[in-house]
Amino acid sequence: MIRLLLILLVAGLPLRAEEIVADLSQDRISISTNFDGSEILVFGAIKRNAPQPVGTDMAVIITVTGPREDITVRRKARRFGIWVNTDSREVNGAPSFYSVSSSIPLSRALTPAEDDRWRITTASALTAPDMTTMTDNDPEFLEALIRVNTAAGTYGTAEESVQVRDSTLFSADIALPADLTEGNYNTRIFLTRNGEVVDSYATSIYVQKVGLERWIYALANDEPILYGLLSLFIAIVAGWGASAVFRLFKN
Amino acid sequence: MRCPLQIYLPIAEVSVNAFLLLGLGGLVGILSGMFGVGGGFLMTPLLFMIGIPPAVAVATEANQIVASSFSGVLAHFKRKTVDFRMGLVLLVGGLIGAAVGVQVFAILRELGQVDLLVKLSYVLFLGVIGGLMFLESLNSIRRARSAGPAPRTVRRQRSWIHALPFKMKFRTSGLYISVIPPVIVGLLVGVLAAIMGVGGGFIMVPAMIYLLGMPTKVVVGTSLFQIIFVTAFATMLHATTNYTVDMVLAVLLLLGGVVGAQIGTRIGVKMKAEQLRILLAILVLVVSGKLALDLLIEPAELYSVGFGGQE
Repeated sequence: MIRLLLILLVAGLPLRAEEIVADLSQDRISISTNFDGSEILVFGAIKRNAPQPVGTDMAVIITVTGPREDITVRRKARRFGIWVNTDSREVNGAPSFYSVSSSIPLSRALTPAEDDRWRITTASALTAPDMTTMTDNDPEFLEALIRVNTAAGTYGTAEESVQVRDSTLFSADIALPADLTEGNYNTRIFLTRNGEVVDSYATSIYVQKVGLERWIYALANDEPILYGLLSLFIAIVAGWGASAVFRLFKN
Repeated sequence: MRCPLQIYLPIAEVSVNAFLLLGLGGLVGILSGMFGVGGGFLMTPLLFMIGIPPAVAVATEANQIVASSFSGVLAHFKRKTVDFRMGLVLLVGGLIGAAVGVQVFAILRELGQVDLLVKLSYVLFLGVIGGLMFLESLNSIRRARSAGPAPRTVRRQRSWIHALPFKMKFRTSGLYISVIPPVIVGLLVGVLAAIMGVGGGFIMVPAMIYLLGMPTKVVVGTSLFQIIFVTAFATMLHATTNYTVDMVLAVLLLLGGVVGAQIGTRIGVKMKAEQLRILLAILVLVVSGKLALDLLIEPAELYSVGFGGQE
């Protein structure tokens, strides 16, 4: 009993008055043949050592960042009457996936200064110093990157998608699209009061191709000659087999 | 709404409905059975439209053509309508052309101009060939209407082709001509196979008849023979330089295609040759027109995101 009290006391010692305790419905995602995107449930509670402050706006913000990759953003222009890619900027280390979910509109959930510090909104996250680097920094191309990826469903902001119950329990569904890149998806959870970050929590989800998908992908990249021969062989056998079956039915 | 059988393509890295792919394969198969064409020129643009990356579409289509031509050429072997010697000469050109094409493809991919190259090639070739075919079949329909026997097209002996050196005897075709024109024809078709993801039969068949003067009965078998090896070679090159052959996609398209081709052949038999040709011409022109519009009309989104950097 005394020991338990001690643990509670120690746990209560940190200066933070509120703390996030959270978990994910799954910390691994397997891309198998019938993979069609996935939904991850992020859930948790806010642990308090004191009654919660009154008269302040509380918000929970969740971000998920996919593995980084090097990409090229291209702009089309009319040349000789047709639309062709003319300008381009290389972006190194852009996240392949980025989503922001919040319990209240981000304008109230986060002050610009805190966003700048924690790099939470998409534009802010992309311009973080340790994040992406772009040749000839050009805001137009950055905006285009966000716009194109948002339209494709790989970047997204979902305000008011985090449910908070009794100012304590929270949960959110994060939709991951079908065309996921393999790797670690870093998940951050922020608790804010009046737009100031009170506590943050980080974890990650591991996305991996499995089974046949993994085998094919690995073979194509590690043993391209063998893979090419196998593709030809399978295609010929399948084509020949299918027409043989069809002939059999006909007779 | 979620479709019942989504399938994740490991190389294209997109999830597509399996029935959509089988259906596309079947549809193109019906058309190719009806008209006796490979169908690559229809399948590749259709794959772009359902969101398969162009590089994967072109490489995978090459793989699929190998298989669909394979069952076709077996029938021609049996009927002895393959000119092996001519096929081998065409093949020499074809292999060189495919190697050049894949390199050009890889360079343009890095520059972000693959889309443009592929689409321009389609607009150009399909537009010209569709237009010629349309005029030709319109003329023959008109001739058939005005009754009387159609005047036989006289095969002109082109003197310049006979003046070229390195002559060779092609017994099956009954020809004694220089190897230079067939090598060049093969070369052109090889480049097209690598860049456009087509077999190239729609260029090679007319070239063999009108340019080389080969008898019609050996033309299809010989072109299929050449196409198998050139597309197989292109598949290997794409697999090793661009890593863009998706075998799952290829097999699905193929299964639909084989069944579709059988149905198409049956429909084709019931229709008149001129009607078939004019339909095919319209189809070719529509595909070409659609791609031309894409290039001419200002796109809603001027920016695009592609992989690149150290690729």
